[in-house]
Amino acid sequence: MSSTTNPSPQHTSTIGAIGAPSRRNTELALLVFAVVIPVFAYANVGLAINDQVPAGLLSYGLGLGLMAGVGHLAVRKFAPYADPLLLPLATLLNGIGLVAIWRLDQSKRLQASSTFVEAAPRQLMYSALGVALFVAVVFFLKDHRVLQRYTYISMVGALILLLLPLVPGIGHNVFGARIWIKIPGLGTLQPGEFAKIVLAVFFAGYLMVKRDALALASRRFMGLYLPRGRDLGPIIVVWIISILILVFETDLGTSLLFFGMFVIMLYVATERTSWIVFGLLMSAVGAVGVASFEPHIQTRVQAWLDPMHEFELSRAGVQDGIVHSEQAMQALWAFGSGGTLGTGWGQGNSDLIGFAANSDFILATFGEEIGLAGVMALLLLYALIVERGVRTALAARDPFGKLLAIGLSGAFALQVFVVAGGVMGLIPLTGMTMPFLAYGGSSVIANWALIGILLRISDTARRPAPAPAANPDAEMTQVVRP
Amino acid sequence: MNKPLRRVAIFCGLLILALLVRGNWLQYAQADKLRTDEENRRVAIERYASPRGDIIVDGEPITGHKATTGDFKYKRTYKDGAMWAPVTGFVSQAFGATQLESIEDGILTGNDDRLFFRNTLDMLTGKNKEGGNVVTTLSGAAQKAAYDGLKKQGAKGSVVALEPSTGKILALASYPSYDPSTIAGNSLDTDTKAWQKLQKKNNPADPTLNRALREIYPPGSTFKVLTAAAALEYGLYDDADSKTDSPLPWTMPGTTTELKNEGNIPCENATLREALRVSCNTVFGKVGSDLGNEKMLEMAKKFGFTEEQFTPVRSNASVFSEDMAPSEVALSSIGQFNTAATPLQMAMVSAAVANNGTLMKPYMVDELQAPSLDTIEKTDPEEMSKPMSAETAQTLQSMMETVVKEGTGTNAQISGVTVGGKTGTAQHGENNSKNPYAWFISYAKTSDGSSPVAVAVVIEDENAVRDDISGGGLAAPIAKSVMEAVVKGKQ
Repeated sequence: MSSTTNPSPQHTSTIGAIGAPSRRNTELALLVFAVVIPVFAYANVGLAINDQVPAGLLSYGLGLGLMAGVGHLAVRKFAPYADPLLLPLATLLNGIGLVAIWRLDQSKRLQASSTFVEAAPRQLMYSALGVALFVAVVFFLKDHRVLQRYTYISMVGALILLLLPLVPGIGHNVFGARIWIKIPGLGTLQPGEFAKIVLAVFFAGYLMVKRDALALASRRFMGLYLPRGRDLGPIIVVWIISILILVFETDLGTSLLFFGMFVIMLYVATERTSWIVFGLLMSAVGAVGVASFEPHIQTRVQAWLDPMHEFELSRAGVQDGIVHSEQAMQALWAFGSGGTLGTGWGQGNSDLIGFAANSDFILATFGEEIGLAGVMALLLLYALIVERGVRTALAARDPFGKLLAIGLSGAFALQVFVVAGGVMGLIPLTGMTMPFLAYGGSSVIANWALIGILLRISDTARRPAPAPAANPDAEMTQVVRP
Repeated sequence: MNKPLRRVAIFCGLLILALLVRGNWLQYAQADKLRTDEENRRVAIERYASPRGDIIVDGEPITGHKATTGDFKYKRTYKDGAMWAPVTGFVSQAFGATQLESIEDGILTGNDDRLFFRNTLDMLTGKNKEGGNVVTTLSGAAQKAAYDGLKKQGAKGSVVALEPSTGKILALASYPSYDPSTIAGNSLDTDTKAWQKLQKKNNPADPTLNRALREIYPPGSTFKVLTAAAALEYGLYDDADSKTDSPLPWTMPGTTTELKNEGNIPCENATLREALRVSCNTVFGKVGSDLGNEKMLEMAKKFGFTEEQFTPVRSNASVFSEDMAPSEVALSSIGQFNTAATPLQMAMVSAAVANNGTLMKPYMVDELQAPSLDTIEKTDPEEMSKPMSAETAQTLQSMMETVVKEGTGTNAQISGVTVGGKTGTAQHGENNSKNPYAWFISYAKTSDGSSPVAVAVVIEDENAVRDDISGGGLAAPIAKSVMEAVVKGKQ
């Protein structure tokens, strides 16, 4: 935290925002690229698969362009100083994800499956809903600090969202993980995606109030500041909830995501490294503890350590009460077969992954068809979103905004890591989706809302300060403001 | 709060970095391993993605291709599949590839490195990738004569014909056989059922066994040609027409067992020529035990025994044992005891004699062609060994010609062509209880003294009465028709 007597660079950035250009035209120019690149990819898929430019090219281009345009106009109107990169980045990922989903819709292998539905039109609708929610956030949320008022309502809301998949009749179990709910007539929903945002609001509000107590009242032991016993309460509660998610919803990813987000926000709020140490210890204990008796998690770990064995078990049709899946190995083959430059759009065989090829495993399709080069580019796009999120947190002037921005971007980074790492075989697989790329309504809608909130915070942060008063003391006041 | 924010930023950067490193590991370091993993279905998809090149005999393809639905675009078809199966092997969408189809897979699919430049050009000009061709040395007429002859007998058996001067394989037949077309696809209804029917556990005749290369039989009396070569080459006897030191009856050294001849034949002190003509066990058994294990083994090795041959399809190694007692050497020298040979091996023995003592390395791939029909690789005839002098070889030729003119091999006579041969009837099983194998090895010589073909025929017949089986009766007519086919083709 910057000191009041020694203005540090981040301080100047706050001040420097005064009179800063809004960068809305930069955003518009970037959005043109974000629309044109997916349109080219779309044409590419059509040419590769059917030897012709797809008939829907124009409407797809217009649809994506319209979404980008509406988003841009809303930002221009209601958040003119917002970060110029976030909207183009989200649009590009969303657009290119749509192309990959459409490409997998064309797969004969997937079409032969009994559960096949055309996913691209639905995803387009979800994306439109997502952008609508984004516009709504930018429009209705005039100031992110309003959210602070809903700290405890958020807590209740998040708990409800997290528990919904466990409610009999609504909860929906897909291949062992209970992280879906089924709404009759509407389809399935992954409430965890929304809980991510609501929880970030709760943590930010709660930690902003409690951070002094958590940070200062501590004893020093072996170079670490140990918190007082009673201050351990919150982290233990969150830990227990994460463990419960792990046990009852059997999803390592969701559990890791929420606990990780909390530890990050706690660390930022208190500036105490000891919380990180605690957090790591607790997640290790929790993960190992639950894995020791939960067969679903054990299978995931085995599939991670020896995907070929799991492939053979699946091929042999071994029936031992556990769903053996060849997906992990198929994903690795897809990545390997793509090599450095990939096979080109529409020319790979990532559809061999079968179930969830266009959602949890969508990164494998990119790996095969646009190669290592494309995957690295995508990862860097995600890295840029996280970077803009962290920059927003740095620039934010209020602790609540800082905490909320870092919570959302940290969770985003963790999610990318957990999902991409799982698909690439770096860590065990979990049932979450790549933000924006993957097929899934909850995911794309929730992530557009997340981008909306980040944009709101960055708009507040970069907005020129109110015109300085004639009184020179006003200048002083600003400098000493934390 | 900004210091921890920066640290969190670094942490997030490390997460992304870990993903980038993992991506490079998978898609760069491990890419080739994953891409070419046989379990990776893309390997099979790629193999059947374009029309496979053909295997060619006498300038005509004996294979073809057919468009299929599903993952694999094309499947292999075969013309006269059963007849050519021992040459081609099979390539099946469901069951992989064997023999020539497997060994030359790179050329046939067009994936061979030697086609890389051409493929890159094709890719740039938008042409579809094509497979190259494998041109074989085989002769359609000889193969047909061989296969039809075996089929007419209806018994298990095999024929191998070589061109002695080059080592080119002219015929390579095995019976019963199978049509690889029936298992080329991946349909559960037809291909898998056909496949299961061909498996040895469901089909005791074992039709997928390539008897010409992968089965070893006791060669019986045909091995006496090799024993005679050793007797002359090592100077045990000087020529074909002087008396040998061969008592009758003859008790094998170190035992009290007499070695028997088949019937009452004039073998006492018979000349080598006479002994070969009537197939004396006593004379050649004694030659073997007189020369000893070491010399007999050395001679057998020179003819190719104890080594696998790569034509390029692998043949099993033929057997001649070491460290045997003298009586065992005697039995081995008349093609019994442990001695066992592939039909290819016995054709090589006959070919070396016909080629005046020089054994040429047998091969069946003459040329590999690019899709444009340009030659990528041509096989040159290669000398494998020189088991005997030209003089010894010519002596042996005259002895084998006597066998056909007035001995056990008269069924192989061809008018206007000099034929040399040797019959064999190999006993096997406990106390020789099983039906013997009928052998015939021979060569033909045209009027200019050159030999265009050497043949080995073996027939195993479990149904025939034992007395009826003899190399001369069952095997010689097949050898004759194969030689005729080749000689006629040359004229």
